[in-house]
Amino acid sequence: MNGFFIGAGVILCLLMLLALYRTVVGPTIIDRMMGATVIGTKTTILLVIIGTIYGRVEMFVDIALAYAMLNFIVTIAASRYFTHHKNITGAGFGVFGRVPKRRPKK
Amino acid sequence: MYFISTTLILFAFWLVLSGKFDLFHLALGAISSLVVAWMSSDLLFFEQNKKGRTGEALRFLAYIPWLVAEIFKSTIHVAWLALHPAMRERIDPRIVTFKTRLKSDVARAALANSITLTPGTITVRVEEDVFTVHALSDKTAAGLPGGMEERIARIFREEAA
Amino acid sequence: MIDYLTMILTAAGLFFFFATTLGLLRFPDFYSRMHAAGKGDTLSSLLILSGLALYHLHDPSTANILVAAKILFILVFIFMASPTATHAIIDAGYQSEVKPWTRADDGEGDDDLAV
Repeated sequence: MNGFFIGAGVILCLLMLLALYRTVVGPTIIDRMMGATVIGTKTTILLVIIGTIYGRVEMFVDIALAYAMLNFIVTIAASRYFTHHKNITGAGFGVFGRVPKRRPKK
Repeated sequence: MYFISTTLILFAFWLVLSGKFDLFHLALGAISSLVVAWMSSDLLFFEQNKKGRTGEALRFLAYIPWLVAEIFKSTIHVAWLALHPAMRERIDPRIVTFKTRLKSDVARAALANSITLTPGTITVRVEEDVFTVHALSDKTAAGLPGGMEERIARIFREEAA
Repeated sequence: MIDYLTMILTAAGLFFFFATTLGLLRFPDFYSRMHAAGKGDTLSSLLILSGLALYHLHDPSTANILVAAKILFILVFIFMASPTATHAIIDAGYQSEVKPWTRADDGEGDDDLAV
């Protein structure tokens, strides 16, 4: 059973990498926020799985609970902050902050 | 009344989170839940002069299984679309608005969350009685607000207009 | 017996996580990506966490029942918080006037980085 949980944890980590693509590439700030939220939910579950593997679940489940609440509050705060944001693509900030080139209409 | 029920809920929460049942921890829990309930019992239950709160809660519990079934359907729908090779021909996203006849804020919030959890639709914005909804295809857009408004009106005993 | 049930529930949850994460990458615009992100998270957490709660109820002692109760509490919290967070994010996008993808725009690579 432990092997199964380790496998599940590894798959969750790989899925987090997939969601990280959306967080890094964007193209808008809101897309990045969405990716971060998805990673946060996966982290909550990963914490419970890690606790089960190490046999210390009564400790990890508290951390997971706190993480879930923190993730929710961060999402709400960030989405309030970026409401009515003018530069929604984050143009000019960082390596990945460049605006996608639009292909010309045929 | 609301003070007592808030205290009981907080104390049950304390018991689950602390997991210690000796006298010292129980007394600490009782004191802290009393203090918190004294400070903020009007936050958990607002609209305190309303009648029929217990029946409302029971009917809402009966509503949850239907909601879980809808979540299963909607996730299977989204997963099928996401794995479909020709996904872009299958979807036709659009933003629709409609008016609801629900009056209270709680009922409107329940309707908004239910729309988000049912297949192919997400609530974008609620302003007074106007709902803005993003739908993945015209078929899902046509089903709005559907039987959900009826159900929620029944739960919160609101008059059907 | 309970072990197999846990395995089935966890595997189903992982499958839905996979499908909706793929949807997060494949859908054409921000609004439809939010469909995948919001719904997938709710159901997959429900499946995996209920599987784990069952696994810890395997031998019921006080500590294990408390752990299962806490996992159920995480579940209820995600159940309430996930639609609210989805709604907050999508409203932020709507207010910032992110352009929705429609079928008329198809083939122009309007929003995505030509993935």
